[in-house]
Amino acid sequence: MWEALDILTQANFWAATIRIATPLIFGVLGALLCERAGVLNLGIEGIFVAGAMSGWLAVYLGLPLWGGVAVAAGVGAAFGLLHGVLTVPLGLSQHVTGIGVTLLATSMAYFGYRVAFPNVATPPRIEAFAPLDVPLIGDLPFIGPILAQQTGFTVLAFACVGVLAFVLARTPLGLALRAVGDNPEAVEAQGLSVVALRIGAVMAGSALMALGGAFLTLSAFNAFYFGMINGRGWVCIALTVFASWRPGKALLGALLFGALDAYQLRIQTIAGGVVPSQIFLMLPYIFSIAALVLVARRADYPRALMKPYFKGQR
Amino acid sequence: MLRKSSGSLPLFSSGVLDRRQLLALGAGALALTVAGREAFAAGKAKPIKVAAIYTVPVEQQWVSRIHKALKAAEARGDITYKFSENVANTDYERVMRQYSEEGADLVVGEVFAVERPARKVAADYPKTAYLMGSSFGPTKPNFSVFDNFIHEPSFLTGMVAGKATKSNVIGLVGGYAIPEVNRLMQAFMEGAVSVNPNVKFIVTFINSWYDPPKAKEAAFAQIDKGADVLYAERFGVSDAAKERGVKAIGNVIDTSAQYPGTIIASALWQMEPTIDKAIKEVMDGTFVAADYGPYSYMAEGGASLAPLDPKLVPPEVIEMVLVKEKEIKDGLFRVNVNDGEPKSTL
Repeated sequence: MWEALDILTQANFWAATIRIATPLIFGVLGALLCERAGVLNLGIEGIFVAGAMSGWLAVYLGLPLWGGVAVAAGVGAAFGLLHGVLTVPLGLSQHVTGIGVTLLATSMAYFGYRVAFPNVATPPRIEAFAPLDVPLIGDLPFIGPILAQQTGFTVLAFACVGVLAFVLARTPLGLALRAVGDNPEAVEAQGLSVVALRIGAVMAGSALMALGGAFLTLSAFNAFYFGMINGRGWVCIALTVFASWRPGKALLGALLFGALDAYQLRIQTIAGGVVPSQIFLMLPYIFSIAALVLVARRADYPRALMKPYFKGQR
Repeated sequence: MLRKSSGSLPLFSSGVLDRRQLLALGAGALALTVAGREAFAAGKAKPIKVAAIYTVPVEQQWVSRIHKALKAAEARGDITYKFSENVANTDYERVMRQYSEEGADLVVGEVFAVERPARKVAADYPKTAYLMGSSFGPTKPNFSVFDNFIHEPSFLTGMVAGKATKSNVIGLVGGYAIPEVNRLMQAFMEGAVSVNPNVKFIVTFINSWYDPPKAKEAAFAQIDKGADVLYAERFGVSDAAKERGVKAIGNVIDTSAQYPGTIIASALWQMEPTIDKAIKEVMDGTFVAADYGPYSYMAEGGASLAPLDPKLVPPEVIEMVLVKEKEIKDGLFRVNVNDGEPKSTL
């Protein structure tokens, strides 16, 4: 019993929590940015795959690690542009388009990989981000060992939370973005372009999603595998509702999910002899569903979410 | 069938058939039809047409062994080889039918998630031979099965691990708890206990075949719990072992070159005996529904222990393992096939 609680006091557990949560932080931020502007982006799963593949490939072909990060973001933004053009000015179903983008991005990533590597026995590897070695922080009690295991990519994720929270809450651009997801007519009345704002938000959000994928191949691991995204994008869609479309809560939700996943891997090592492993594997997902049930009732949806806006139409 | 058989039957001495002759002819044709379905009466000239259908990319450990054996057969000129990788299970039946329609002589693949539909397809194409990775038995007339029966070298790597662990805690990270995985883990654990009764195991499943970051996290969790030797059933485990400076045991493929000093032993699967046998049977026209599982055993050369490095494994352990290996090959020692889900014993 105490062993189960003891896990929570281990620095390695919290380090794992942050590692597992990082791609989700990017993903939730991306999803909430799109949705705050009124566009549901179910292309997230595929954009994760495309980001993971393109970022990794760029580094494999000789770019520095941060160059790979930039390439991934660019590829994500390109898929965001596609999703945005189809759903905003053309007003197509956001569900169908999103699933389509996921299928397209996933298939293109696999296709690109196979064209680049037709005959490999084991997936090629790169030199991934190394843990940060900041002298003073590493010496801090408890927090030190947790932070010392993280990479610069994780720092970027936390920075993005702060930047997005600030932009959304404190800047004119943020105000316009929030308004375009709640009341696009008001934005139009201000002389701003709904289409430009929405497409811009979807592109930026998709770039963030792609970073979540790139984290898996550039920091958490050092090679690209087919199917390695494994549903992480879908989890982000659920976490966005949990977060009530707020960056701070998004961080909390991602960390909670990460903690549960890290916890179930550790509790399997303790109680795996008596409890079937499947029960533990379910834990993070049960949490997602339970959290949604609790939170969704009070959820404050962006009021124009999934409603296409056509100029002059009443 | 009727016309073909007429030449061989001595019934047509006169130009006219009487009733008795007709009945006999009918029975003869029937008998031939049955025989033909049983044993692919006509052989095939090489190269025979082989198609493979994989549910994962060809880099995946398990499938890479099949791919390699077929590539080798292609290079020898025995077969022409086509394959589809990353085929979704929901799509598997369609792809199977497509290759069958195209006239493949032999279709190879893995039907763990489509056992019943795959057998239905096979029944529809009695002239095509099927050799499928399966947890179940063969189905007449043309559906043969194989599996990665490498529990024997797994037992041997277990012995190495049992001797190598200092904390007496060994971690095992697996994909799904299915017979193909359980069997190897069980044999590995038995091997470890046979040389070190004090050893304890931590078993973690990640419910995914291909999620190296997750496998790595699972391995980290086991190392945190005191494991100093890891059984790397999945990609990602050896990376965790390397980062934290513990040892790992390879499975199915030899990755010791990528993780020098980390991988201390590997149980390897060789698909060549299985594939070559099936190709020969198809060529000879003798292919029948059979269990090709035994061709993955050590005695047939279907499984082996990767050479042990004296720098990583003490000489007396190597000697002990080699003695056991010989016993297995000679049939003096039998490693149990246990498909039950392995459990943590910590």
